[in-house]
Amino acid sequence: MKALCWYGRHDVRVERVPDPEILNPRDAIVRVTSTAICGSDLHLYDGFIPGMAPGDILGHEFMGEIVEVGSNVRNLARGDRVIVPFTIACGSCVQCLQGNYSLCDNSNPNVGALEKVYGYGGSGLFGYSHLYGGYAGGQAEYVRVPFADVGPFKVPDYLSDEHVLFMTDILPTGYMAAENCSIKPGDVVAVWGCGPVGLFAIQCAYLLGAGKVIGIDCVEDRLRLARERANAETINFLDTDVYDRLRELTGGRGPNSCIDAVGLEAHGHGSIGAVYDKTKAMLMLATDRLTALRQAIVACGKGGTVSIPGVYGGLLDKVPLGAAFAKGLTMKMGQTHVHRYLPTLLDHIEEGRIDPTFVISHTLRLDDAPEGYAMFLEKADACTKIVLKPS
Amino acid sequence: MQRNISDWERAISLAAGGALFAYALSRTRGQGISPMTATTATGLIARGLSGFCPLSATVGRNSRGGDTRAALGGSRGLHVHESVTIGRPAPELFRFWRDFSNLPRFMDHLEDVRIISPTRSVWTAKAPAGLTIKWEADVINEIEGELIGWQSTDNADVATAGSVRFVPAPRGGTEIIVHLQYEPPAGKVGGWIASLFGEEPSQQIRADLRKLKALLETGEAPSIVGQPAGPSGSRRTARAVGVPV
Repeated sequence: MKALCWYGRHDVRVERVPDPEILNPRDAIVRVTSTAICGSDLHLYDGFIPGMAPGDILGHEFMGEIVEVGSNVRNLARGDRVIVPFTIACGSCVQCLQGNYSLCDNSNPNVGALEKVYGYGGSGLFGYSHLYGGYAGGQAEYVRVPFADVGPFKVPDYLSDEHVLFMTDILPTGYMAAENCSIKPGDVVAVWGCGPVGLFAIQCAYLLGAGKVIGIDCVEDRLRLARERANAETINFLDTDVYDRLRELTGGRGPNSCIDAVGLEAHGHGSIGAVYDKTKAMLMLATDRLTALRQAIVACGKGGTVSIPGVYGGLLDKVPLGAAFAKGLTMKMGQTHVHRYLPTLLDHIEEGRIDPTFVISHTLRLDDAPEGYAMFLEKADACTKIVLKPS
Repeated sequence: MQRNISDWERAISLAAGGALFAYALSRTRGQGISPMTATTATGLIARGLSGFCPLSATVGRNSRGGDTRAALGGSRGLHVHESVTIGRPAPELFRFWRDFSNLPRFMDHLEDVRIISPTRSVWTAKAPAGLTIKWEADVINEIEGELIGWQSTDNADVATAGSVRFVPAPRGGTEIIVHLQYEPPAGKVGGWIASLFGEEPSQQIRADLRKLKALLETGEAPSIVGQPAGPSGSRRTARAVGVPV
């Protein structure tokens, strides 16, 4: 089959590789009908995530048709149309039983390596480095899905791939980001990053009762989407002081909640902190750049919540923890417990309360995925989200 | 220094080492002994003097006589403590473990455990270069549903003991608390033990217990062995970044 393989920084290639096979009794094989490039794939593309090996197949947002099931998978059959959560969960450990699917105890065969860095490690992920299990990803014609009796979620035929594909990652990630804010009716929520996760977080914050949601970014195409499709007020941090403007928009109180949907590669053009972070990252003195997180913590109102769906991987320098302490902030973060939100989100999509298709800017053949990565990295051609079609 | 060769072998080693030195000196005509000859001769003499052979240790050979209790008594030997919580009742876990033939299913270094009586079993472990090490062990302590203790028999090639306790966890499931003890042939930095358990024995046992947990909670151990990758993305590459394959 064809698959998109990682070979190094800014080097991904479509290669011929062997078809995947059932390796464990709870596996299934999915023929991929649609897959997407995620903003977090760009962290791999940029070489920010350790534990990658040349030849690793990328992709953790994918859906398709079940073509084969292992002997212990009884709830799926050939021909079923499913979306597959990017987090791999066994469904029976104490974390899964509590709904913390992305913290599954049993799905990451290499969790020992993660424990050395983090103390304890999270679940396996598709196509996201050997620290997360080294599972081959879904930017391919076929993919092996472990614990297939727990993850794959059947979707109705009348909804297009484009309507349900993002249930695999970015839609539940935006939803959990908003849910983590414990929004009370009328709350003001500020969202750093108006990429797809940020856009969904804006929509979900409104669904959960926010009175006003403010999107912050520097890419005008994205700010326009936030205004026009997600009903947000927007701030372009290139020409506006974010803290001052948020103060103005909240009657001097500051937002009740701040969502960092940017993560470890914040651009933060021009600010002294951004230059400092970038220099340190280049010198390998620090791994993550955190302009957005710093701003979110400082701008957040007293007693508020900072919710972090953006990915961080390593050690953070110059975190204004004093500000967080002084204001009694709550901080919530983590990989998305995708499985937990699927029934709710399918309901929102079926009822038309969420139409996730608006984030798609490009649809490409899998063969053109390398060009897609380059375009997405540069945010060229108003690129917000790329869907890949393997056939 | 631990001993792992018998007295007559020590004498032969001393004699052979001394003879090699004498022969080499007689042939040098003032140019010095070649480094390789010197190393071999010195090694044989050291082996004779200390009673410890690193080569025997490496392949798990041990011609020492011995009392396992004495070898492992008190703080002697190398201790590994690890624990894991598994979402199964203690009696079930106890029964699984008490059937020692189940241990190779999750303990990577074990090839086979054969039960020869209600208390005695024969353990076969993997050694370097495709060799194996065998020893017999007896159950020396047993409390139904709570505790199993075992140790290798006297004069076995390997002096080892272990215990496992099954304690109900406060929020469900069972804490499995493992204590293993080995006599490392060359003290606490012994090369043999390193080759058996990897560089960090507790890491290996922790990985084994994690595999046990996955097997008993999910019915399978997570794995990527056999999955596709692009050209040059081989299993060997995967291992290079720390993946157990």
